[in-house]
Amino acid sequence: MIRLEGVGKHYPGAARPAVDGIDLLIEEGRTCALIGPSGCGKTTTLRMVNRLIEPSSGRIVVAGRDVTAADPVKLRRGIGYVIQGTGLFPHLSVAGNVATVPRLLGWDRARIAARVDAMLGLVGLDPALFRDRRPASLSGGQRQRVGVARALAADPPVLLMDEPFAAVDPLERGRLQREITEILRRLRKTVILVTHDLDEAIRMGDTVAVMRDGRLVQHDRPDQVLAAPADAFVAEFLGSDRALRRLTLLTAAAACRSGERPPEGAPEVPAEASLQVALSILLGSGAEALAVVDGGPRPVGTLSLAAIRALAAGLPDPSGAVARSPPLV
Amino acid sequence: MLDLVAWLRAHPDLLLRTGGEHALLSGLSLLIAAGIGLPLGIALTRQPRLAGPVVALVNTLRTIPSLALLVIMLPLLGTGTAPSVVALVLYGLPAVLLNTMAGLGGVPSDIVDAARGQGLAPAQVLARVELPLAAPVILAGLRSAAVQIVAAATLAVFIGGGGFGELISAGMGLLDTPQLVAGALAVAAMAGAAELGFGWAERMATRRLGPTAP
Ligand SMILES: Nc1ncnc2c1ncn2[C@@H]1O[C@H](COP(=O)(O)OP(=O)(O)O)[C@@H](O)[C@H]1O
Ligand SMILES: [Mg+2]
Repeated sequence: MIRLEGVGKHYPGAARPAVDGIDLLIEEGRTCALIGPSGCGKTTTLRMVNRLIEPSSGRIVVAGRDVTAADPVKLRRGIGYVIQGTGLFPHLSVAGNVATVPRLLGWDRARIAARVDAMLGLVGLDPALFRDRRPASLSGGQRQRVGVARALAADPPVLLMDEPFAAVDPLERGRLQREITEILRRLRKTVILVTHDLDEAIRMGDTVAVMRDGRLVQHDRPDQVLAAPADAFVAEFLGSDRALRRLTLLTAAAACRSGERPPEGAPEVPAEASLQVALSILLGSGAEALAVVDGGPRPVGTLSLAAIRALAAGLPDPSGAVARSPPLV
Repeated sequence: MLDLVAWLRAHPDLLLRTGGEHALLSGLSLLIAAGIGLPLGIALTRQPRLAGPVVALVNTLRTIPSLALLVIMLPLLGTGTAPSVVALVLYGLPAVLLNTMAGLGGVPSDIVDAARGQGLAPAQVLARVELPLAAPVILAGLRSAAVQIVAAATLAVFIGGGGFGELISAGMGLLDTPQLVAGALAVAAMAGAAELGFGWAERMATRRLGPTAP
């Protein structure tokens, strides 16, 4: 759990605060994607959580403890930290990099070695092939995987990531976003992910927090933010195609009327496909409805254009297609 | 050439004594220059406000010719080893100090940020990350300081500091060309050895940073 209470940062000499009284609650095991235009204070907010920047005001609670009262060096050993350029140590091997925090914590050699291999395996790098290599000999994506392995090595409950995949090529970025999201969910890490990439925020965030000029303007589930932007700024930031983006968050299975027999000759769509894909098939075929299939002998239900429309317009959703989670602060 | 060999054969003791003096003078001066320049350079990278004035001062120091530096020592400290060492330290200090600052300043800030973010204490960031990454540049500074000091130590003879300069000045005074050449060659050899030794250390430190582990 991470809680920010009225947190602000006024850099000396700056005309106005970089971060201006933010309240933010990130539930245990959830990822919050912190998004907003460049210079709006995302990085400053993130770095106050591990005290790389001292807050000017407010309180930050991580896993029940007030970080402003903690020893910053010890605090940081319990908080994973991943940055854009990876910041891997070029003079150490991959294993040496991943072992950074366990070494600081004084683990014995055997435990560190086992942990390094487990971490490399976790992020999809064969320990036998990568353990002894230097960061300079890795691809951008591989380096970022090592960066994540290093941040997770001592099993911190909380992870801070600042534009971690911004320097990775698009294909590898998509793969990394999926794999890392899956890992973070499985390990139940509480995460703040700073990004300026809306797709990344939607893909990786359980919640999305939108910032503007040092203030938090909206914090909600991605589908909610896309369906109901808090103001004109958020709406513009999300773009005019936000209704289409929102469809990527919903599956055909969740939106279809199950059990209903599709019309004769209706095109098929896999149950796990997104509504954006379903809509594309509908538009491409000219049909009014799709047969939702899951590999079984009969279609599981019918997905109509009207149903997608109703969902996209943010109408009450009879099928409960959008997963409900506890209310957010 | 034959004269040179004959001179060397005839004066092994003199060569050994002046060589010992020259090595002691240079080694001690380099050690002190490093002992001042390294910590001062580290401290100044942590106090950027003081760095500017100090760098300006050190650059001025650099423009003073080595002979002038030695002669300035005469009225201040008299003659002998001590004033020679002080002058040579001042002579070698700029290279050590400026390269220490340049080396530390050249460490990518995101690597330092990551180190702090993982929970390394300030001294650990310095010892485990900054100094290893700055090592090639710092060693290059020590290398040029060593070569400069060994060469300048030749002049120590003018304020009674001894060393190979004795051979050269005696050779000139007595018009003894073999002795003169022997002294000059000895200085060149010692400077070359310093160059090679530190150059090797510099290459090792650079290789540690390369894509493959040494
Ligand atoms: N160390 C600093 N000193 C002074 N101003 C800073 C510093 N770091 C950031 N700022 C300013 O604070 C504002 C927010 O910066 P930042 O948190 O990096 O934004 P973001 O990560 O959203 O791009 C910007 O106007 C930036 O110029
Ligand atoms: Mg930023």
